[in-house]
Amino acid sequence: MSTINDGLKSVLGWVDARFPLTSNWKSHVSEYYAPKNFNFWYFFGSLAMLVLVIQIVTGILLVMHFKPDATLNASGVPIAFASVEYIMRDVPWGWLVRYMHSTGASAFFVVIYLHMFRGFLYGSYRKPRELVWIFGMLIFLSLMAEAFFGYLLPWGQMSYWGAQVIVNLFSAIPVIGPDLSLWIRGDYVVGDATLNRFFAFHVIAVPLVLLGLVSAHILALHEVGSNNPDGIEIKKKKDANGIPLDGIAFHPYYTVKDIVGTVVFLAVFSIVLFFMPEGGGYFLEYNNFFPADPLQTPPHIAPVWYFTPYYSILRAVTYPLFGIDAKFWGVAAMGASTLILLLLPWLDRSPVKSIRYRGPITKWMLSLFVIGFFILGFLGTKPPSYEFFGMIPGAPVAQLFSLYYFLFFLTMPVWSSLDRCKPEPDRVTSK
Amino acid sequence: MSSDETVDSGRRNLLVATAAVGGVAGVVAAIPFGMSMLPSERAKAAGAPVEVDISDLAPGQMKTVEWRGKPVWIINRTKEQIASLRTTDDKVSDPKSEKLMQPDYCQNETRSIKPEIMVAVGICTHLGCSPTEKFKTGTESGIAADWPGGFLCPCHGSTFDLAGRVYKSKPAPDNLEVPPHMYLGDAKIVIGEDKKA
Repeated sequence: MSTINDGLKSVLGWVDARFPLTSNWKSHVSEYYAPKNFNFWYFFGSLAMLVLVIQIVTGILLVMHFKPDATLNASGVPIAFASVEYIMRDVPWGWLVRYMHSTGASAFFVVIYLHMFRGFLYGSYRKPRELVWIFGMLIFLSLMAEAFFGYLLPWGQMSYWGAQVIVNLFSAIPVIGPDLSLWIRGDYVVGDATLNRFFAFHVIAVPLVLLGLVSAHILALHEVGSNNPDGIEIKKKKDANGIPLDGIAFHPYYTVKDIVGTVVFLAVFSIVLFFMPEGGGYFLEYNNFFPADPLQTPPHIAPVWYFTPYYSILRAVTYPLFGIDAKFWGVAAMGASTLILLLLPWLDRSPVKSIRYRGPITKWMLSLFVIGFFILGFLGTKPPSYEFFGMIPGAPVAQLFSLYYFLFFLTMPVWSSLDRCKPEPDRVTSK
Repeated sequence: MSSDETVDSGRRNLLVATAAVGGVAGVVAAIPFGMSMLPSERAKAAGAPVEVDISDLAPGQMKTVEWRGKPVWIINRTKEQIASLRTTDDKVSDPKSEKLMQPDYCQNETRSIKPEIMVAVGICTHLGCSPTEKFKTGTESGIAADWPGGFLCPCHGSTFDLAGRVYKSKPAPDNLEVPPHMYLGDAKIVIGEDKKA
């Protein structure tokens, strides 16, 4: 026994003399001290990593069978569309791999939205974690690009018309817009050239960027240390060895905790995967089971659920301004609604970080924000003429909540500093 | 190099110059990469004119053909439908078709060569969806009680009248595009080519 141990030790010593294996393991895992009071909300970071791994593994397997080709095969079906059907019907376990990938996309956004909301709750974006937040937001933006490029690949009706709409968003930019969208498409219409380049972006370019950003996100986090539900810095109270009094080692304490989260997540994920892989038309839209037809837009088109809040904001702008037409301002509002999140660390002026010690104004503003976000998301799945209970028109409601979305952020410096906050505790509390 | 040593400004300038030239070379090398994403020669060559036979197109009917990958509509308007264009004059944002969304021979009240035959690219000027025909009038259309017939874009709710003119306060900025076209006899239209070309 001891000879085996000695042998392993000498191998490790040989590696450590050439590569910082043990020191990195210690600084990022076994001696990374995280606050001891993490709660439910702290599962979603590690779950996002899990979903990323699922997407990469299933993605590699799908690329082995998928063909990014918009030309028609002998039976008049686009080859890309037919190759997805082939994966679903003829490739052994292909249906499972494909459904894991398509359901995984929605799971990714569920986990990421909850992960971001945790940041809102506990002020995890505040100093000194601004860069952690910014890297996270860049991951969010890359993820949206990844999802958008991926959605074109099955070459169904929603793939085609969704891409048509989003690429045309760029043509709204004054002067360079039309040439820019031509450059993105690579043709005068969404076509084979577009499908091929979106495939390249989806399987190579964006994943590389994502992996780099995820590394930066974690490196920045481990530099400043994790926030916690009390929003206070555990590094301010250290023991004689310089270890935070309220910190516990990531491994084994949080690795074990995350296993519990992983098991629960995989149980829920499996239920969706095996019993409702289309998510009632929200994860895979029914119109996408028809091959792309450039002559006919489906009677109702809406993006996948994770884009719908922003899509509602896009549709909400119908007035021209400063002599530039409404189309541009809708696109600008949609862009601004995602980019404004980058400024969050500097918009929040509250003396405390966590919702636990913030006053009623914050709680009302944030609750209304969440309600508004859900309503915008819901309206984004409906046609513009939708009416609640057949009486309240949806369009003005969407305009109201779009306005509130921006007011929430733009007035945050005022209301966050006015709010009556409670004193923060010295040490983290456990409930 | 420790901080108390003086900087050799000659070497420093050489370093700066090398970095600048290298940077320019890098930018120049990126140009062909960017250009490679533009439409290929094959894509540019595609898009020949399309001939359409409209002898079977009864009044009130519409036909869709593909030209340059886009849907082109040919509508045979009834007398009532042509008359409805008067009523929509003050509801549309560009009633006189001042923006150049049509060849100059179609810059008229009906936006067409022949008053009854409307030719338009069926792509919404907002974000490129293809609007749906809503020829039924009034409440039956599901749009408005005084709806005179026209088109509704399913994506963002823009509405167009029967001359492809966009209604006011809708996301689409411009009227539907009228492609260059001409008649070969009474019952044949060529889309993508006109007499001047």
